[in-house]
Amino acid sequence: MGKAPKKRSLADKVRKTKTNPAIKNNPFEVKINRKKFDVLGRKTKHDVGLPGVSRSKAINKRKETLLKEYKQKNKASKFVDRRLGEYDAKMAPEDKILQRFALERQRIHEKKDMYNLNEEEELTHYGQSLAEMEKFNDVVNSDDESEEKGLLSAELTASHFGGGGGGGLLRKKTSGEQQQEDGNQRAKSRQELIEELIQKSKQEKRERQVQKEEAQELTEKLDQEWKSIQSLMVKKTAKTELADKPEEKPKLDEYDMMVRELGFEMKAQPSEKMKTPEELAREEKEKLQKLEADRLRRMMGEEEDTKAQSQTRMSADDLNDGFILDKHDKKTLAYQDGKWNIEEEEEEAAEDEEGESGEEQESDEEEEEEEASSEEEEEEEDGQSDLESEQESEDEEKNQEDDGKPKKTLSKEEMKAQQQAAKAELPYTFAAPESYEDLKDLLCGHTPENQRLIVARTQKCNHPSLAVGNKLKLQKLFGFLLEYIGELALRTPPELTAVDKLVPELYALCQMFPDAAAAAVQRVLADAAHSVEELIELKGHAPFPTLDTLIYLKLTALLFPTSDFRHPVTTPALLYISLTLTKCPVRSFQDVTTGLLLCCLTVEYVSFSKRFLPELVNFLTGTLHLAVRDKTSLGYTVAPPFRPSGKCSDLLVLSDPESCRSWKKKPLPLSATRCLELKDDLDRDHHRLTCLSACLDLVKRCCLLYKDLPSFTHIFQPVRSLLSKHLSIQTLPEALQELHREITDAIGSAPTAHRRLVFDKKKPIPLKLLTPKIVEVLDYGKKRGCTREEREKERLKHKYKKEFKGALREIRKDSRFLAREKLNEVMNRDAERKRKVKELFGSLATQEGEWKALKKKKRK
Amino acid sequence: MAPSKKRNVNPRNTSERGSKAAKVDLESVVDRILESRKHANDVFDILESLQSEKERDVVSAVDACCRLFSTLLERKDLFVGKLPAEDEALSGEYSAEDKCRIFMRHRYNACVEILLEHLNHEEFGVKESALCCLMKFAARQGQHPLEDLDWSEHHSFPWELMLAVVENLTSKSTDNTLLISRFQEFLEMDDVRYYVMSALRESVGKVMDKNKGTVLPVYQNNVFTLMSSINMPSQQSELTNFMVKQEAKLENWKAAKLNEHKRAFEKMWLSFLKYKLPSNIYKKLLVILHDSILPHMSKPTLMIDFLTAAYEVGGAISLLALNGLFVLIHQHNLDYPDFYKKLYNLLEPTVFHVKYRARFFHLANLFLSSSHLPLYLVAAFAKRLARLALTAPPTGLLIVLPFIYNLIRRHPSCRVLLHKPSTEDEPVEDPYLMDEEDPAQCRALESSLWEIKTLQKHYHPDVVKAAMMINTPLSEQEEDISEVLELTTYELMERDLKQPQDKKSIPLEFETATQLLKGGGDVLAHHFCLLADE
Repeated sequence: MGKAPKKRSLADKVRKTKTNPAIKNNPFEVKINRKKFDVLGRKTKHDVGLPGVSRSKAINKRKETLLKEYKQKNKASKFVDRRLGEYDAKMAPEDKILQRFALERQRIHEKKDMYNLNEEEELTHYGQSLAEMEKFNDVVNSDDESEEKGLLSAELTASHFGGGGGGGLLRKKTSGEQQQEDGNQRAKSRQELIEELIQKSKQEKRERQVQKEEAQELTEKLDQEWKSIQSLMVKKTAKTELADKPEEKPKLDEYDMMVRELGFEMKAQPSEKMKTPEELAREEKEKLQKLEADRLRRMMGEEEDTKAQSQTRMSADDLNDGFILDKHDKKTLAYQDGKWNIEEEEEEAAEDEEGESGEEQESDEEEEEEEASSEEEEEEEDGQSDLESEQESEDEEKNQEDDGKPKKTLSKEEMKAQQQAAKAELPYTFAAPESYEDLKDLLCGHTPENQRLIVARTQKCNHPSLAVGNKLKLQKLFGFLLEYIGELALRTPPELTAVDKLVPELYALCQMFPDAAAAAVQRVLADAAHSVEELIELKGHAPFPTLDTLIYLKLTALLFPTSDFRHPVTTPALLYISLTLTKCPVRSFQDVTTGLLLCCLTVEYVSFSKRFLPELVNFLTGTLHLAVRDKTSLGYTVAPPFRPSGKCSDLLVLSDPESCRSWKKKPLPLSATRCLELKDDLDRDHHRLTCLSACLDLVKRCCLLYKDLPSFTHIFQPVRSLLSKHLSIQTLPEALQELHREITDAIGSAPTAHRRLVFDKKKPIPLKLLTPKIVEVLDYGKKRGCTREEREKERLKHKYKKEFKGALREIRKDSRFLAREKLNEVMNRDAERKRKVKELFGSLATQEGEWKALKKKKRK
Repeated sequence: MAPSKKRNVNPRNTSERGSKAAKVDLESVVDRILESRKHANDVFDILESLQSEKERDVVSAVDACCRLFSTLLERKDLFVGKLPAEDEALSGEYSAEDKCRIFMRHRYNACVEILLEHLNHEEFGVKESALCCLMKFAARQGQHPLEDLDWSEHHSFPWELMLAVVENLTSKSTDNTLLISRFQEFLEMDDVRYYVMSALRESVGKVMDKNKGTVLPVYQNNVFTLMSSINMPSQQSELTNFMVKQEAKLENWKAAKLNEHKRAFEKMWLSFLKYKLPSNIYKKLLVILHDSILPHMSKPTLMIDFLTAAYEVGGAISLLALNGLFVLIHQHNLDYPDFYKKLYNLLEPTVFHVKYRARFFHLANLFLSSSHLPLYLVAAFAKRLARLALTAPPTGLLIVLPFIYNLIRRHPSCRVLLHKPSTEDEPVEDPYLMDEEDPAQCRALESSLWEIKTLQKHYHPDVVKAAMMINTPLSEQEEDISEVLELTTYELMERDLKQPQDKKSIPLEFETATQLLKGGGDVLAHHFCLLADE
């Protein structure tokens, strides 16, 4: 209770001793430290010093410590002062006295009054007997009372009923005379005072209560008023912004919430204006340009800056308010209700009056629509836009219900019934498959379109924002899908339509989890390459990759950019293609087809970046070589895996030149890489011609791709001599002759002369600059240019130096002080001795004088 | 005893019963024969089961034979000296003791013959046990010779037996690689090795002459496997491990001298190389030539003819012959005219694809490391390699680009290939003649390495980085190509696959994928369709 005031008073005391204004103002005591420069903003602590004061302080301190020690030196015994709190500066003298008294009492009590039951001790207050005090009845000093009225009750009571040490402190302020009077006064009016105090505190309490009630009433009133305004504002914003929000209903009883809303939400924000089609197109274009620039930069192999390509893409209608997640939330709700679909169908129905369209058709239409409107839209947004429309239509529905148009709703219900019946078998929610087997079970037996729908719905039901584990589930789903696609490709016949349908889903998943997707594709590629490499180690060659690997390679090109200078997925994929094109010997039509497919893929991979692949040209030359009838006296060389002559090197030579008449170009099925049904020689010849035409077309594309390379003519030299000298043009169909001509023209027209190679011009080394280097300094007084540890070290070193110097100075001062003391001692001793000697001499002199006088007397 | 004998007489019975019982029976028969001569006739039972159909029976019979005859050899219970014919011996004036020995010696000879036949048995188990048994006989026979000579002056070694074993090992019809690798353990013994080498030389000469030098792939493969499994000692002091311990005159024994070993080794190889070889053996031979044949020959220069012939063949064989030639040129002062010209002509697109690529480039690097080569030659090599680089896979490019740079670094005057500032900035056609066989005439020095400029557009980033080095003056320090020599495409892929993808996320394709065949210029869709019937 009384501690806080006590401390305060103590602090006052200390301060008083420290700063003596009399001394401070004395010009003879003050020493002003002159500053060399005036630095703005620097706080100066030591501009004025008091040397005399500090010196005397130091001397006093030494006298108390050092001198005492010095005096105690070589002394065996020591005087110990055991008085309670004698040297405790913190203890107030009153406390000291009290404790000493208590101790004394205790001692007496223990010793004497152990068995003394009757004798009561006399209660005292400040050493005066209370009994005596009560006899006096002094009048209360009304002035005093009025003075103290404003004080807080706690303090007041403390001062009045302190009894012990606490009261004394307060009283210290008053003078000694008053103290005595006060004591008398209190003795008289204590009861009155108590009553008064109680009354006062009660009154204060009441006042406070009243105030509070008033404030509450006012706020409530304000709330109600605000509510009326607010509803207006909400209505305004609701149209432009979000359709329904949970915060819309203001909770009146929660004041805090209201305040916060006032602070943040209820500012009427300007909505984004509707964009004209031109603006939309321009935005789209800008975005594409940015992405394109990004791609080019990566192609050049420049280091990516930290701002990577953002994965979250915004639609034109996106308000950039992070609302997507909420939407997803609702999406699932809608799914569970089965409402989502209904609404979607409604929308569809509006466009397509027949209303019989199944889910397949619908989504097809959707896709078409979106493709038409914007190429950039993603599958995800597809869902979003559906949802938006759903919400709108939900609102509409409500309005309609309010307005009372039963006719339209009826028709809708009909449609709903129809369509539910149409696809009752396909549920709307799917659990994410935990294993590959799960996925297979899930997709087994559905049509390709339904498989796509299932995957899409699984993906939406397990969106990462819905639950914690969903991200991992979907990442796994990507891996399973890849595996599934591989299996589909390996079935007989390969179910490629299903693969085709699953591609958008894979793309969407890949956009969501680039890292996981890249890791999965990398794993597939690494496995494939590893097996090829092992076979090469073992046998020196390997079979061509199977259809699943080919599809993986194509997917890689679809999912990842192929033009990057270095990409963790596409660079290995290209290397893998190169490996297969150089190490897999061509032994059958299937091998030729696979090789050509790989070449197609390769051309696609480098179509944008126009990078040079020697293996591609080699392989195409080799394939053309397979069609050369006469293998003697070659004017060119073929690179492995092809051989100039030998088994299987006449694979593409036509058996009957007449068969080119009936040949018509048609695309090869992908399954031709595995099995071919060629019944007779005519079929075989047709296949040969198809391969040849594909090969020639690829050569043509390569010519176009590489025509800017300095060594273009040398690269295509074998092709040129092969086409011009060995592959007779007359025996080929018209289309091939055309291609043939185009290629030879392209190769022939390329420039053969080039500038000589020179090194890049070096930048001249700049001369040494003599202007001073200007470094902008923002934090004065701090050491710069080193790490935190170094700075800390510097700081500690500095501190140590300072301390060391200080300690040295102190020690010097100490020794000086001691020397002075010793000198004083010696001088004192000498003076004493001198005095004593003088005294002795004096006494002796007087003695002598007396004796002489006596003698003189006697003589006289 | 009688019933047991009956049982053993009938071989059909033996084969019908469990082989374990048969083995036990054979063991007991052997014991009986060894016990007393009364049961000597039982040896026919063993020989019969040695020819049985069942592998197990044969193996146990081989074991039994092995025990029986090695004990007999040790006891000297076989007839020593010139063996009289059996009928003659029965009628002759030999003592009963000798008759018995003659009988046993005949059985021993029969047994050895059967075992030699078994060396070409279909079952490996039989082959192996027969071989072990024969070698055991050989060891015993060496210790207790069957010839009647003064052994204090001659060195005993069962030469005929060895020759027969070698001839049967190098069969003309079956591939005995596995058995030969088993035989390798006996080749560790120095005397066996020496006699095998001599035997090989004789048998090769005999067989090949009989076939008039035509190629016998299986036979030659067997011979080659046997020959290449010979590990020659490198010092005289290593010749300590002998199968037959000779009591006398070790210093005169040929099998105990390293020089004789070397001579035998050399003769063996030369007799083998005299004849035409199948190409796969040719290649295998050239692969090991420099390091396990040449150092152990007493006169390696005898190989010059063979190697130069191989170098002239062209293709992979020439590449492989390089290594042996290098040893001869480097250590034995071979002067080979037009060596560099031939080397230059070895540079074909295939060098980047063959299995021996690392070896070839390693050697080529050595050959071209001399700073005394003429400038035109170095330039020709650099230009030709650059031209070939246009068809090379990335792993080859990662070798050849530093290779070219190293050439230019060693011969700074070749810098004109990379840097030829001229006053008139006219574009020129490449004057280099790829088809010219003489490096002096190919005008490489007048050309520039535009091919490397082309490779700056290569698809692999590492290659591009290497090719970009020609844009600035090359550094002084040569690059070490030894670490890229063995690089495989898979290792190259792994560099990208294993790269940690920490902070940066992987860039994605921004064009939405809708169909499998779409995208990338639709090349695939142009030539292929999803389904056959479309």
